[in-house]
Amino acid sequence: MGWAIALHGGAGDIAPEIPPERRQPREAALRHCLQIGVDALKAQKSPLDVVELVVRELENNPHFNAGKGSVLTTEGTVEMEACIMDGKTKKCGAVSGLTTVVNAISLARVVMEKTPHIYLAFDGAEKFAREQGLETVDPSHFITPANIERLKQFKEANRVQIDYAQPVEKDVKKEIPTGDGDSQIGTVGCVAVDNDGNLAAATSTGGFVNKMVGRIGDTPIIGAGTYANNLCAVSATGRGEAVMRGTVARDVAALMEFKGLSLKDAAACVVEERVPRDNVGLVAVSAKGEVTMPFNTTGMYRASATEDGYAEFGIWPSVENWVL
Amino acid sequence: MGGWAIAVHGGAGVDPNLPQQRQEEAKQLLTRCLNLGISALRSNLPAIDVVELVVRELESDPLFNSGRGSALTAKGTVEMEASIMDGCGRRCGAVSGVTTVKNPVSLARLVMERSPHSYLAFSGAEEFARQQGVEVVDNEYFITEENVGMLKLAKEANTIVFDYRIPALGLETCSAVVESPIQMNGLPISVYAPETVGCVVVDSQGRCAAATSTGGLMNKMTGRIGDSPLIGAGTYACNLCGVSCTGEGEAIIRGTLAREVAAVMEYKGLGLQEAVDFVVKERLDEGKAGLIAVSSKGEVACGFNTTGMFRGCATEDGFMEVGIWD
Repeated sequence: MGWAIALHGGAGDIAPEIPPERRQPREAALRHCLQIGVDALKAQKSPLDVVELVVRELENNPHFNAGKGSVLTTEGTVEMEACIMDGKTKKCGAVSGLTTVVNAISLARVVMEKTPHIYLAFDGAEKFAREQGLETVDPSHFITPANIERLKQFKEANRVQIDYAQPVEKDVKKEIPTGDGDSQIGTVGCVAVDNDGNLAAATSTGGFVNKMVGRIGDTPIIGAGTYANNLCAVSATGRGEAVMRGTVARDVAALMEFKGLSLKDAAACVVEERVPRDNVGLVAVSAKGEVTMPFNTTGMYRASATEDGYAEFGIWPSVENWVL
Repeated sequence: MGGWAIAVHGGAGVDPNLPQQRQEEAKQLLTRCLNLGISALRSNLPAIDVVELVVRELESDPLFNSGRGSALTAKGTVEMEASIMDGCGRRCGAVSGVTTVKNPVSLARLVMERSPHSYLAFSGAEEFARQQGVEVVDNEYFITEENVGMLKLAKEANTIVFDYRIPALGLETCSAVVESPIQMNGLPISVYAPETVGCVVVDSQGRCAAATSTGGLMNKMTGRIGDSPLIGAGTYACNLCGVSCTGEGEAIIRGTLAREVAAVMEYKGLGLQEAVDFVVKERLDEGKAGLIAVSSKGEVACGFNTTGMFRGCATEDGFMEVGIWD
């Protein structure tokens, strides 16, 4: 028993040669966010508050694909989505298609708590954000030079336009390399459990580089990118279409419930057997205070901590750990 | 293999005082759709084609809450959503916020087959529709007089009116019903419009598919997305089964209802009917919903904890049934 927290900054083809100037800010950010989450849990904040505040911090950091720093649509714009779920009540909130809301995860929480609905999107969500007085800014706030460059490189590497008349292969095994060792897919997320076993999960993203305007990924889909119940809380990252069809987050919980698997085994089963290679990563915590962070991509930016003082950070399969 | 099977639904949650004539119309529509599906299955069309063509028929008819006849948003417009899933490979497609596309389920299928994504919404979905050359109409096409009337009632009352097909005259005489209406969707904010439509099919090769389509909640906020386009919630299909749900969207989403049926079959080894019963009994808490399902073995099942569900089902051995009540 005891509290536990895990967070991620995206799974993908993170090349080992990634230059320090790209790796270090992310590493520093994850450690910082982990500490924020740990402090909040120690201060007895609810897991729902903890995951929201950690994801807000990740959204505000321009080095991750959420909030500021979101990847761009094919038109060079930002469309953000997020989702939050409270394991105890199974209440949830989700938003998509945001262009001016500074913290998508907070809007998702307001949808959960202040409307009879679960999911609001696009103009309706933006309008609601204003009515609720959430912080909004000019859309240009979210766009970073790195992402403008990323979109440009992606378009150049994909000079042949997708022919919409032909069937499209969705289980792409490898991302198209952009040469800077930087993953094009990614999402941020956080899961937490307090020492009463209350669980919560939150995920936020800008989506997929060069995505079609209006494309919704797995992040705001309950059971795909985000899920929490009384057994576990899960936040997934990876290729949205694969995570969606694999109902990844729900399946971890379902395997625990219906097959009696442990958190670790359930998560490993989903990541290794139910989604194609190079497509998914997730962080999960159980009601008992366990943590697992499996992925089948080259790497996943991740960090976790448990009440016994153990803390861990990793990008590739190897990890660095320390005592809190 | 057990042969083909098909089920259709037109929504869970029916007013017990629904006029007899409406009940008959509903049964006729369900029968017609079933027969369409059965002919298609007999011509060896694959499950994915059959669910699409049956749901298209349901969307085109103004009776239920999908396509033409969709519930109206708070602004008096129509915003439709749909999803489709092919058990083979668990391919899926979904759309939300569709305002001019005549058949949202077909657009969802195009998203699945002709786009690099699985879910498109609002202006992006509309733009894709035009690129694909699908049939588009003015938003007015989907709006029926009856629904305009109901929206007005909903706004005036600003509370849940149990079933909007009771003629306004009847409202006085059923004041008892209105005072303590059978509630769905718990909060006093909008009229509940339960008649989402859906179809699930297993063909004679044992391939399963599912599709769901809706206009959503009467008087809903613009931009509100329900369970129907969400894979795992309103719609799911895999190599074991195909499932389509209807009812209180929130309850279906939180319960990941469609996926749940498949998960208990897969992870607990339950049979189809057992799985459906388990999910309806154990996964809905206070939520009200219903679902239809088929298995790769040619079985068909339905379950609901609401007062009634418009439904029909048929199997290759000649069994056919259309019903509303228990």
